[in-house]
Amino acid sequence: MSIFVNKDTRLVVQGITGKEGMFHTQQCVIYGTNVVAGVTPGKAGQKMDNVPVFNTVKDAIAATGANCSMIFVPPPFAADAIMEAADAGIDLIIAITEGIPIMDMMKVKNFLATKSSRLIGPNCPGVITPGECKIGIMPGPMHKPGGPVGVLSRSGTLTYEVVHQLTMQGIGQTTCIGIGGDPINGTNFIDVLDAFEKDDETKGVVMVGEIGGSAEEEAAEFVKNNMSKPVVGFIAGLTAPPGRRMGHAGAIISGGTGTGEAKIEAFNACGIHVCKNLGNLGELCAEVFK
Amino acid sequence: MKIHEYQAKELFKKFDIAIPKGNAAFSPDEAIETAETLGGYPVIVKAQIHAGGRGKGGGVKLAQSKEEVGKLADEIIGMTLVTHQTGPEGKLVKKVLVEQGLDITKELYLSLIPDRDTAKIVIMASEAGGMDIEEVAASTPEKIIKVYIDPLQGIQAYHCREAAFGLNMTPPVMKQFSAMLNKLYKLFVTYDCSLLEINPLVITSDDKVIALDAKLDVDGNSLFRHKDVVEYRDLDEEDPLEVEASKYNLNYINLGGGGNIGNMVNGAGLAMATMDIIKFAGAEPANFLDVGGGADAEMVENGFRIILSDKNVKGILINIFGGILRCDVLAEGVVQAAKKTQLDVPVVVRMEGTNVEKGRKILDESGLTLITAVDLKDAAQKIAEIAKGGN
Repeated sequence: MSIFVNKDTRLVVQGITGKEGMFHTQQCVIYGTNVVAGVTPGKAGQKMDNVPVFNTVKDAIAATGANCSMIFVPPPFAADAIMEAADAGIDLIIAITEGIPIMDMMKVKNFLATKSSRLIGPNCPGVITPGECKIGIMPGPMHKPGGPVGVLSRSGTLTYEVVHQLTMQGIGQTTCIGIGGDPINGTNFIDVLDAFEKDDETKGVVMVGEIGGSAEEEAAEFVKNNMSKPVVGFIAGLTAPPGRRMGHAGAIISGGTGTGEAKIEAFNACGIHVCKNLGNLGELCAEVFK
Repeated sequence: MKIHEYQAKELFKKFDIAIPKGNAAFSPDEAIETAETLGGYPVIVKAQIHAGGRGKGGGVKLAQSKEEVGKLADEIIGMTLVTHQTGPEGKLVKKVLVEQGLDITKELYLSLIPDRDTAKIVIMASEAGGMDIEEVAASTPEKIIKVYIDPLQGIQAYHCREAAFGLNMTPPVMKQFSAMLNKLYKLFVTYDCSLLEINPLVITSDDKVIALDAKLDVDGNSLFRHKDVVEYRDLDEEDPLEVEASKYNLNYINLGGGGNIGNMVNGAGLAMATMDIIKFAGAEPANFLDVGGGADAEMVENGFRIILSDKNVKGILINIFGGILRCDVLAEGVVQAAKKTQLDVPVVVRMEGTNVEKGRKILDESGLTLITAVDLKDAAQKIAEIAKGGN
């Protein structure tokens, strides 16, 4: 078991002929992901390695039965690509693209509310079910298949660090999900926590948050009220000054809200095992998930 | 991206939003010239910097005569204005906005922002205008009206009515206010604003609704479609090191607290966590620096140079999680950059990921005094020793 993606996932890559899209598609294929199609408008009939390219997502679905899309389309056109995928009936859309204007994402989010598709990201590393399927830009080999821990996070390399420490402790992962560092994203912490709670194979969760917004506080409430599995929580940015955007568009303390201290306090109050120093995360997990 | 009040008001003018008559001035002479065209005194002289709280800081003054305009403009231009948003070092004022004085009967607060939780555009309005809205929100949240607009639906008349009734407006004022709100919404979405704030929005003795102030931030991710806003960028308002870093696609922020340990990391989340680790080790992080996915020799070299421009820095921690970026390539880059930069502070390198053994070997055999760390814990300990003055 795993959540969202597995060996049966049929992937279409939007923006497959671009530099990033091509490279990461190849990496996904090497990992074993079932990449069935690519989409680049105007390039139908071509092939990227052995993957057939189509003009539209609809065409790709009709020809290949794709049910999941990974998006590498550049920021000015990415919102359009997400909406195209949702309109075509793709179940799961994973948007890697960084730098989509917030106004575009507001439209996407309200549009998706009328569709059945789930969006993960944007500005995220993607989703991996170790040993089965990698959809994203994370390095595959450091993951350890078989569970029992689910990982979810707002960042990229920080997630790799967390997974690496878990693997070094001999703790495998069911599924690892980056929900992205933008202020408006498709899937939030609560959606993923809920899925992990319902997944039999997942026995515990590591949740990696950062400063800005209140998603971590809301997630903490959810953990308290709805989760039977242990959760380890980490927040990045305790030393970040207020009013400055720390790289990620969403990582900003504004008007006294979104501070790391408030998030840690919420974690503590809701029974989450808090890791304050990233250097100790692996050891803490070994203790909590033993 | 932040822009000045006078620039925001230029955009207001484009959308036919009522503002006081006025103009920006870069010298006392220009200030007088503008004042003389406004049709009488008093006039207002307002410092133009990218920070709020200018009035309290002494950057907004009323002038009763031509002579007083000259005197005040002379005082304000060149002053270092300290407000609650500038930090203790303040900001040097280089220009003022000179505007007609108005006979004001009521001051309101009005803003539009994207709401991250609902993905709607939220209009916030309050009769407690002219005050620090964060204080109002904290002490009397019931005094703030919030109206949410779905961007796919756009602003409707009932949204405007809801806000106007909440502000207890008289019918003639309500009509003007609704028309203005419509235009502000249009400006907000046309220019991808991440904040549009008018504090205060005033009602004059002859029942006119006028935007006395204007604060407007544009979403940095949207600048590809707003070339005219890019022209508004004022490098004087930015940290010179951050401007320099942005030229090389480095995301650098000087934390400004006199920190003694510089750091260079790939990825924003890991960069924040690395700053925190430095603090936990008993040292102070000097900066945030995300080198992104590239981190080649040139980037690392520029990173070293920018970090070391901060003279408080006594040591540097490089923390790279190489996935797609291979550790041996990174190590080559660090060695090359270190040789070129003539490093005079110790550097701890912690890297993990693809080809890590090869990378460590390159560092060890470089003949440079680079300190390798096996993991984060080890890196923190080594940085702590440097901060203490040992090595």
